[in-house]
Amino acid sequence: MSTTTTTAPRAGGRGRLKDGRPRSPVSMVTMLVLAVLWTLPTLGLLVTSFRSRDDALNSGWWSAIVNPFGTSWTFDNYRRVFEMSDMGNAFLNGVVVAVPATIIPIMFAAFAAYAFTFLDFRFKETLFITIVAVMVVPIHVAFQPLLNLFGPNGLGIAGQYLAVWLLHTGFGMPLCIYVLRNYMSSLPFSVVESARIDGCTNFQIFWKLVAPMAMPAMAAFATLQFLWVWNDLLIAKLFLANDNTTVIVKLQQLLGTQGQGAELLTAGAFISMVLPMIVFFVLQNFLVRGMTSGAVKG
Amino acid sequence: MATVTYDKATRIYPGADTPSVDELEIEIADGEFLVLVGPSGCGKSTSLRMLAGLEEVNGGRILIGDKDVTHMPPKDRDVAMVFQNYALYPHMSVADNMGFALKIAGKSKSEIRERVEEAAKILDLTQYLERKPKALSGGQRQRVAMGRAIVRQPQVFLMDEPLSNLDAKLRVQTRTQIASLQRRLGVTTVYVTHDQVEAMTMGDRVAVLKDGILQQCDSPRHMYDHPNNVFVAGFIGSPAMNLMTVPVADGGLKLGDYVHPVEREVLANAGSEVVLGVRPEDVDLSDSGRGLPIEIDVVEELGADAYIYGELPGSGPTDKPFIARVDGRTPPKKGEVVHFTPKGDHVHIFNAESGERISN
Repeated sequence: MSTTTTTAPRAGGRGRLKDGRPRSPVSMVTMLVLAVLWTLPTLGLLVTSFRSRDDALNSGWWSAIVNPFGTSWTFDNYRRVFEMSDMGNAFLNGVVVAVPATIIPIMFAAFAAYAFTFLDFRFKETLFITIVAVMVVPIHVAFQPLLNLFGPNGLGIAGQYLAVWLLHTGFGMPLCIYVLRNYMSSLPFSVVESARIDGCTNFQIFWKLVAPMAMPAMAAFATLQFLWVWNDLLIAKLFLANDNTTVIVKLQQLLGTQGQGAELLTAGAFISMVLPMIVFFVLQNFLVRGMTSGAVKG
Repeated sequence: MATVTYDKATRIYPGADTPSVDELEIEIADGEFLVLVGPSGCGKSTSLRMLAGLEEVNGGRILIGDKDVTHMPPKDRDVAMVFQNYALYPHMSVADNMGFALKIAGKSKSEIRERVEEAAKILDLTQYLERKPKALSGGQRQRVAMGRAIVRQPQVFLMDEPLSNLDAKLRVQTRTQIASLQRRLGVTTVYVTHDQVEAMTMGDRVAVLKDGILQQCDSPRHMYDHPNNVFVAGFIGSPAMNLMTVPVADGGLKLGDYVHPVEREVLANAGSEVVLGVRPEDVDLSDSGRGLPIEIDVVEELGADAYIYGELPGSGPTDKPFIARVDGRTPPKKGEVVHFTPKGDHVHIFNAESGERISN
């Protein structure tokens, strides 16, 4: 280290934020309290998943932390989840459902958002307002007509993956179009014009310029959509045959009508959490600021 | 390389009553550097974007060479544009930015590299080829934007205020570089600016626009010496020309009790009043009491020259000040009253109503 670095004013010194404002003790305490509050249920779930059913029924999970040697720790719950139900298969089903149900809506929505942002066509605003307006239709009122449509009297695809992909695409896309259009309209328009002059077709502009620049928005939405699809119970339960069903549905089936199997649920919940966590951390790499920095000045 | 022709090209924005560009007629010769200049909102950028194909043409035609490009998409026009904000592709390196158009055109990798390296050498960008735009300074980004245009080897360069985001010193430097680069490459260039100094120093010809209407299109010298109307007279030149309404007397113009001689036929149809224009360097100041009295408000000493700013009799506080260039060694003092007469026949006379030039 050279000695000159010590003379430079350090904005991020002790007791100061990066921009030089002093740290506020109130906000630090508040943040800590909120963080603990938000993590507490998950911690309780984690502890409970390692306790036997009797222990869990007789004392709260915190007593296991207070007295770690007085409680009987066990991996039994995890073992039984895998033994009792077809979890591995359900896990795979979950992936088969969630990955296309994330990619398809984002791909279509990105095309649509590009058109809504950079192209001129008749009834553009009307069409956009219509798409945004259908977001208010609650998914639950659509189940009955859709079951008819997908069922044996209609298309006959109920129970298959295709039905669930279509549903998630249909219900995820309006919001995705809305979010991506907002993001794309913040991109520098002159970059697109420049590409037009450079000889690009709309398709090339989309793939070579707009898609890379809109990556943060698409990654953010992909995270949300993946979590939503992965954690979805209702659509999977209604539209997937038992062989094709997902982890979440399997978990729900672990629970008996009188609460038997509640201890398995805690372990199963943690198993089902692994993949969304991985997806979240991978996609987080795309959530970078300054995707367009350097493109335009001023 | 090609000529460019605006043939009564008109652009009316949807919902607007008046055209933003009104029957623009300019013929630009092969290899010429034409500057479009005017105050903000005069339609100069719109004219350029019409040529680029980014703006619809509602009337008239635009030709590049013999080809009618009026309704052609931008990619078929073989033009390259430098944007005011540079519009670089942020996720690509400098080399990829410059070679992008060639890659789209399906040129071979070796040819792209050759042409990019050649352009980089001209613009002194060779050592930055692998960098991303965000790791470049403003001036370097500006050069990348230029390089992107050069690599294309297009028929026409279009430049939309490419220097307005640079600091003052770099702007002057880059101004000269662009002008000499254009002469060297010999590519027909249309350049838009709001800065009349840029227009005068760079262009082979300058076209002045106001409210979408072409005021005058001439060489810088001729435009400076023979402005067509009051607007061009006031717009071209820095400091601006002094313009004042003066009464017509027998055989000349009445400046106080002094009559400045003007040929009789010039004033024949002028009416009782005309607008007189005198450039700051064409002003004679004396304390003889002859001519219009000027009360001096400010004296700007620049060394070799000094500029005095003063008030004409009867001018209000919001009127433009009267400006005169005087010798830097013996400038008059602030607060003094001096008398002004125009130097010889360096006067510009305009019709008081229409603003058109009547002197020759």
